[in-house]
Amino acid sequence: MATTARHIISLLMENESGALSRVAGLFSARGYNIESLTVAPTEDPTLSRMTIVTSGSDEVIEQIIKQLNKLIDVVKVLDLNDGKFIERELMLVKVKATGTFREEMKRMCDIFRGRIIDVADGSFTIELTGSGTKLDAFIESLDKSAILETVRTGASGIGRGDRILKV
Amino acid sequence: MKFAMEPGMANSSKQLSGAEILIRCLHEENVEFVFGYPGGAVLHIYDAIFHQDTFKHILVRHEQAALHAADAYSRSTGKVGVALVTSGPGATNAVTGIATAYMDSIPMVIISGQVPTYAIGEDAFQECDTVGITRPCVKHNFLVKDVKDIAATMKKAFYVAASGRPGPVLVDIPKDITAHFCDFDYPETVHLRSYNPVTKGHLGQIKKALKLLTEAKRPMVYSGGGVVLGDASEHLMKLIQSLGLPITSTLMGLGGFPASDPKFLGMLGMHGTYEANMAMQDCDVLLAVGARFDDRVIGNTAHFLSNPRTIIHIDIDPSSISKRVKIDVPIVGDVKSVLADMNELIATEKPKQNTVELASWFKQIDAWRSKKCMNFAQSSELIKPQYVIQKLHEVTKGEAFVTSDVGQHQMWAAQYYKFEQPRRWINSGGLGTMGVGLPYAMGVQLAHPNAQVACVTGEGSIQMNIQELSTCAQYQLPIKVIMLNNRYLGMVRQWQEFFYENRYSESYMDSLPDFVKLAEAYGHVGMQITKPGDVEGALKEAFAMKSRFVFLDFITDQKENVFPMIQNGKGLSEMILAEDL
Repeated sequence: MATTARHIISLLMENESGALSRVAGLFSARGYNIESLTVAPTEDPTLSRMTIVTSGSDEVIEQIIKQLNKLIDVVKVLDLNDGKFIERELMLVKVKATGTFREEMKRMCDIFRGRIIDVADGSFTIELTGSGTKLDAFIESLDKSAILETVRTGASGIGRGDRILKV
Repeated sequence: MKFAMEPGMANSSKQLSGAEILIRCLHEENVEFVFGYPGGAVLHIYDAIFHQDTFKHILVRHEQAALHAADAYSRSTGKVGVALVTSGPGATNAVTGIATAYMDSIPMVIISGQVPTYAIGEDAFQECDTVGITRPCVKHNFLVKDVKDIAATMKKAFYVAASGRPGPVLVDIPKDITAHFCDFDYPETVHLRSYNPVTKGHLGQIKKALKLLTEAKRPMVYSGGGVVLGDASEHLMKLIQSLGLPITSTLMGLGGFPASDPKFLGMLGMHGTYEANMAMQDCDVLLAVGARFDDRVIGNTAHFLSNPRTIIHIDIDPSSISKRVKIDVPIVGDVKSVLADMNELIATEKPKQNTVELASWFKQIDAWRSKKCMNFAQSSELIKPQYVIQKLHEVTKGEAFVTSDVGQHQMWAAQYYKFEQPRRWINSGGLGTMGVGLPYAMGVQLAHPNAQVACVTGEGSIQMNIQELSTCAQYQLPIKVIMLNNRYLGMVRQWQEFFYENRYSESYMDSLPDFVKLAEAYGHVGMQITKPGDVEGALKEAFAMKSRFVFLDFITDQKENVFPMIQNGKGLSEMILAEDL
């Protein structure tokens, strides 16, 4: 049986209303996995760039790429896993910062090279950027009872060096 | 271009209303028929239609029928079908028709009215999110938010619908936009940076394919709806003739290659012929042309793959390749262009073939053919549905346009009406929509006013769009309805017989109308035929009435089933034949 692997797919699409739902609808209609999806306009305001984290066998990923290309609004599709790439995700974590937690949180934040961006009497808000696994590791290393709230953006990815996705 | 606009219609300047612009766009696209149904959100458009005489508007009795009729107009002509519906229920009624066209890749442009832009999102009367609802079953759709965008959007819609792998495109237009004014300027060309369908096949791949085909011991060609839609029949014929290959066709591909040709093995798949399915399973090199290895075609995928073969696949849609079955030699391109290139290669390179092996392969095929799987037990008492189709073929000399609904009658029509030409067999293959038959016949008859058009249907399917008998009367369409009436939802009954120990749950229909009187009530001719001996006479009589719509109610053998049959989950070579029972 074919093994499934995590893939990061980047795509450029016309920045038009409904474009996002065409992609989201495609994934649900065809039963493809979707781990995260991020989208925002690019330096060219007529184009949006989307990063989709999905998983599947090579055959499924091939179909996903083809089906995405088939969408009329999609200009270009790239499977970042076809080459070297960098992946980053932003996470904001609000943690308890009372008593011993206060020093502990500061220390953990430093270890993971995060930043405390809001300080309140009983809590810190930590900003952390990195690969999804790094963010997972940070969450894992915290005392569960200390986590008040988390929010993650989902991954953004970009090819290394000369790998450029542009119209 | 003919264009008649009443004075006082436009405002004082040269500007046109959105509704008028829309009509002008349809003129520019040489639209002959618009199938539709008016309503609040499209009243401006209908007023503009009132003031023009370039295209004819066909008023249906239900929006679903408008979609099917426009779809069949397209299937039978190759042109883009056009439908016009109002907002809300008009659009939702159209959805089945849109999905039907989408599954079979039929080029259509659907214009739907929408509530005014200022009311969108406020749950206005007859509001629905038409673009959202139709998104999964259109090739593309648009919501026009500015009168200035109508012309360019319509140009794009026709271009997208007809190019690449064709499909339906919906344009949703809010009512206020159709009342606003602006200059009309229809773009001559259209360019979409995000949409560039490939048409020319890769020459290296074509060469590779040809080498495989000529060196094959047991080559086989499997042709689909793409050959019909891509107008590639002549090129396919040339290829088959020059290489002498056996060929089968999917349900959607029937007529793409003449059924009477000795190289043709008949339709394949769930109800395909013994020889076609056996050859498909046993071949060593398979050329798929504009077909998509559908579950109803190859049966159990694992079983199909258990016999190793090299597969070449020509398709205009890259996503069709390796979707269900891994393809060894993919050729993305327009089937017509690829086949033309292949034929040219054959002409210049005159490749040597494995003639000895090919001859013994045909010997094997002939052995399968000798099973005569299409034979059925004739009866002197009961009308056999297969017999009606055979006689229909005889009486119409095999030249009729045949539309069908969905179920047993559809399979019998596909099996026993031997199609010689493309675009003559009009049915819903992908979505399997009951109720398409009559509106399909309307679209075909309007496109071909002097042609014989037969709608093969059942008493279940016909009632799903029976109201269109009225439309047929209004436009005096001389369609002949061939209803195979077995008082059962036959295909459901057949499955219940095979897989549910004859528990005929809800597959018998009580209280059927008197179809003869019903036809007469609409001003048509109705006939009921109960004896096998009367079948031919009734058909001749009906087709002799060249200007009349005739409804023939054939009371057929209730127990007849469709054979051969591949049960769900079984492989191509595991057919049940009529003789096995």
